[in-house]
This record gives sequence, C-alpha cells and structure tokens, in this order.
Amino acid sequence: MKILVAVKRVADPENLNKIKLSPQGKVDTTGLEPKASPYDDYALETALRLTENGANPKQRLGEVVVVTFGPKETEQMLRAMLGTGADRAIRVDTTDDALDGDVVARGLKSVVGAEKPDLVLLGYQQAESESNEVGQMLAEHLGWPQATFAGSIQSQDDKALLVGREVEGAVAQVRVTLPAVVTVLDKIVKPKSVHSKHTAATHAYPDGVRFAALMAIMAAKKKPLAEQKLADVAPDASLKVRYGAAELPPKRAAGVKVKDVKELVTKLKTEAKVV
Amino acid sequence: MAGTLVVAEISEGRVKKSTLSAVTFARQVGGPFAVLVLGGGAAAAAKELTAFGAQKVIAVDDAALATYVCERYAPTVAKVAKDGGYETVAVTASAFGKDLAPRVAAKLGAGYAPDISLLKVDSGKRLYRRPMYAGNALGWLEITTPVHVVSVRQTEFAAAEPSGGASPVEAAPRAPDDAAAARIEFVKLEVTKSERPDLGEARVVVSGGRSLKEQFKQVLEPLADALGAAMGASRAACDAGYAPPELQVGQTGRTVAPQLYVAVGISGAIQHIAGMKGSKTIVAINKDPDAPIFQIADYGLVQDLFVAVPELVTELKKQG
Repeated sequence: MKILVAVKRVADPENLNKIKLSPQGKVDTTGLEPKASPYDDYALETALRLTENGANPKQRLGEVVVVTFGPKETEQMLRAMLGTGADRAIRVDTTDDALDGDVVARGLKSVVGAEKPDLVLLGYQQAESESNEVGQMLAEHLGWPQATFAGSIQSQDDKALLVGREVEGAVAQVRVTLPAVVTVLDKIVKPKSVHSKHTAATHAYPDGVRFAALMAIMAAKKKPLAEQKLADVAPDASLKVRYGAAELPPKRAAGVKVKDVKELVTKLKTEAKVV
Repeated sequence: MAGTLVVAEISEGRVKKSTLSAVTFARQVGGPFAVLVLGGGAAAAAKELTAFGAQKVIAVDDAALATYVCERYAPTVAKVAKDGGYETVAVTASAFGKDLAPRVAAKLGAGYAPDISLLKVDSGKRLYRRPMYAGNALGWLEITTPVHVVSVRQTEFAAAEPSGGASPVEAAPRAPDDAAAARIEFVKLEVTKSERPDLGEARVVVSGGRSLKEQFKQVLEPLADALGAAMGASRAACDAGYAPPELQVGQTGRTVAPQLYVAVGISGAIQHIAGMKGSKTIVAINKDPDAPIFQIADYGLVQDLFVAVPELVTELKKQG
C-alpha cells in the first residue's frame, strides 16, 4: 500500500499557553519549539503500521510519503519524519499567510494526482488553528470517501479498510474502499488500534509513536526530499477565509482555597449556588 | 432567498438537542432561516422543529439516509442550500457537524468557519470568533466567499427555546449520492451505554485524573450520583486505561461548559483546560498545592482526594 501523510509544523503544542500577541493582534510563538502537529505524528505512525508487519518493522512493505506546506525551515520536521520511517518527503514551498484549509486541500489534490497513493492520512485537527477540515475538503475535491475521527483501522487486504470512527459516546464502524482519506485521533496509536494485512491480529505495539534511531536519522539524510511551488500545485486557489487581529481570552482568575469539604459545600450552596 | 439553512442532526428518529445551538446562531444572524432535517424518519422528527421561528422545516425522509454517511448527506445539503439560495449553512460542531460541514463547503465553493464561539456583525460584515492555540488565543475570521458555511460550538451557543408559531414542513427529495458513496459502507454503531447525562449537555461534570488509578469508578461514581453529574476524565486517566476514552475532556476529547465542573486529582494540563475552562464554576481537589488547575479553579481544596471525595459525598447528602 502507498500512503500519503499530510503534516503541518506548529509551535510546541504543550506550551501554547506561552504565546503572546503583538500590538496588531498577531499571534507570536517566539521561543516555542517548532514541532509537527501531534495528530500528524499519529498519522505518520498509523501509516508506518499499515505498511509493515508489526513483528518485523524493519522490513518496509509499502511506501509512505510525507507532504507539508511551509517554508524551508519545515524541512527539519520532514527529515525527522524520514528518520522515523517515512520513505520520501515533499515540501510545497509557501508561508502560512498564503494558506487556508481549502488552498491546502486543493494543493494536496494535485500532489495526490501525481503520487497516486491508495490512502491519504491526516491528523484529525491541527494544533494551532484547531481546525478540522482539510481531510474532508480533500475527499470532496478528489471524489473519495472520507473517514474522520478514526480511533482504529484494520486492513484485511489493502483494498478496503475497516475504520472505527469515534463520535460522541459511540464508535461508528465504516468500511471504506480505497483510495480514501482518513483522519486520525490520538487513540490510533494505542497498542492494538492499527492492524495492517501483514500484522497478526494478536500483535500489540508499544503505546504511542515510535522514535527514530540515531542510525536511521543519519540514513534519512539520503532519503529524497522534493520541493514544489504552491503556485504549481494550487494554481487557481484563492483564500476563502481571512484572519483579522486575534485576542487573548479573558483570564480566569484563581479563586479561593477552601480549608475543608464542609466549607466547599457551603460555598457551592450559598455563594456559587450550583448545588 | 437569502437566509440561513440550519442542518439538524437526528438520532433514532429524534432531533438531537445540539441542533438547537445552530438555531440560536441562525437567530443571531437575523433574517429568515430554514431547518433541514435528513434521515430515516426525518418527516416525523421535523415536527419537533416547527416552533422555533423557522420560515420552513425541510424534511428529506429517505431510507437511504437511515445511517449517517457524509457521502450521502453532503450532496443533499449542498443541493438544498444551492436551490434555496441560502447565504449561510449552519451546523452545530458535533462529530456529525464537523464531519459534514467541510465537505459541504468544498461542494459549494464556500469558505468555512469551524467551531465558532461568537458571531459579530460589524457594518454589515460578519466576523466569526473561534478559539485557537488550545484556547490560548481567540481568532477573528472573515469569510470572503458569498456563501458561508459555519459550525458553532454547543458550549457557547445556548440551545434555542421555542418561540411559538408553526413553521410549515416541506418534503424534499434526496440528491443523487456522490460517486464516493459507493465506496463507503456503514457497518455498525457501538453505543457506549450510560445512565448518566451526556457530557456535552450535563449541568454538572465530575472529572477524574490519573491519580485515581483503578479506583476511578469506585471513588467518582458516588460523587457523580450525588450531584446528578456526567463523568469526565483527563487524557492521562484515559490513556492509562483507568477511564474509558469517551469520557475524555480536553482538546482531543469533549469540550464542556457545565454550571459546575469538579476536577478530582487533575493537575490541569493545557490541553485539558482547553476543554473545560468555559465552565461556570470550577472546583479542584488535588493534594498538590502547586497544581496548575488551582490557577483557574473558583474553589480549590488541597487534600488527598481519597479522603476528600467520600467526605464530600457525605457532606452533600447531609446538607442536601
């Protein structure tokens, strides 16, 4: 199976409470380490699991191509992903100002046209914009089926996937015939969430994503990393949404410490009036 | 006609309450709005929505739509929106709305404002506010296309109350499926049965962290029972397997904004706070006085939760 994984570089998602706003209302992430959006790391892990036998991950049994839209600096993230196990990388040269969900979806459509993957995987949501749209828009532009909020994926024959979609209080199981677009939740990197056709149903992965070995990081420097121009992959795309000045949310002030349970209940009853 | 088309979500033949948040948004936009109800039994469900001031309720009742598949729903939503000349298509940002709306937007060539928390109209121009950066910034988004597709947060758009009147129900046919519909098949829905109120709609939420370990249910359930609360959990508690994944509150889980949120043994990672800081009153119980959760809690109790929670249950019953 050939899988295209679309990824985005963001400021350290664990420290987004340290962002600042410029006087013009532009979000300033200076000082925060750039990283791949976490759900995109999970998408890469999913792609690797689908193209290997879990018992012998060194042997690649498919191809994984990672693609990002961003400036030259995002190549560091792509190199790291090549070290983790992706086979090739593509960077579509652009800056965030030129992008919205639809521009990215249109650009991805032409990358898909050239690469012809069986599956496109994305994180279900991007950590900075908190938007959840590119996968669905891409599926529409391609005329492909979509399975969002995937918490589990099983491939029996690489022609169709059984996907468990986590919706409120339930799992909706769908069978998608490839090619398709799937967006993944964090639950997808649980030990038994993904089974490729090569992996025994009993196999359990370590919890979470894999990390690159030093040797693999060195070897990844020789893996292909292609560059394309946004104007070439999305020539007729124009921004459909625009962001103005952002605001900081109102600070929630720390309240009071109560000395014991009795005082807590009294305050909840007489002051907050919520019980 | 210009106006707003609200897409309703139904479940087992009933309109989901979350739909009423999108109705509230439509009222704020002003001007006429219609509600579209799709699915098996939509004609009957449509009757639940006739008292909200909609110009009409459009029912697409078709057995082929009995289970939700985006590739079957999106073509009908787009066709009704286009044929009716609606300027805005609105859904509530549930799993249903978030899955459906971007595909509809792409079909209509429309800009999409996801997960908005506030609408502002500024000299005729609509601005949509939405939380970004794990809730640490509020972005203002403008859509530059003539048609807008919007999903609204249930936590910030309160459920609309009936306003009386009787909107006419109009039947409409299903549009042809996307070609992609032939390549997706709904297999089954595994519902997690719960006697408790839904997390997104509960008045009180009791949430637990990893420190509860195997005693998660044993300690928290009596408290949730005493308060009539839904149960939630931190990501760490879910990851460790102490709580089922559907309880997760936070950026990756559910966003909640109840009247009362009780955080038990939760340190307050930013991704958790992003999912609950809209709560009206926050109580934190944690033995670590430096836990970040205390910075946003209205009432903090520094105590071992295994002592405090049973005591709290007893005290609530006593003072109840």
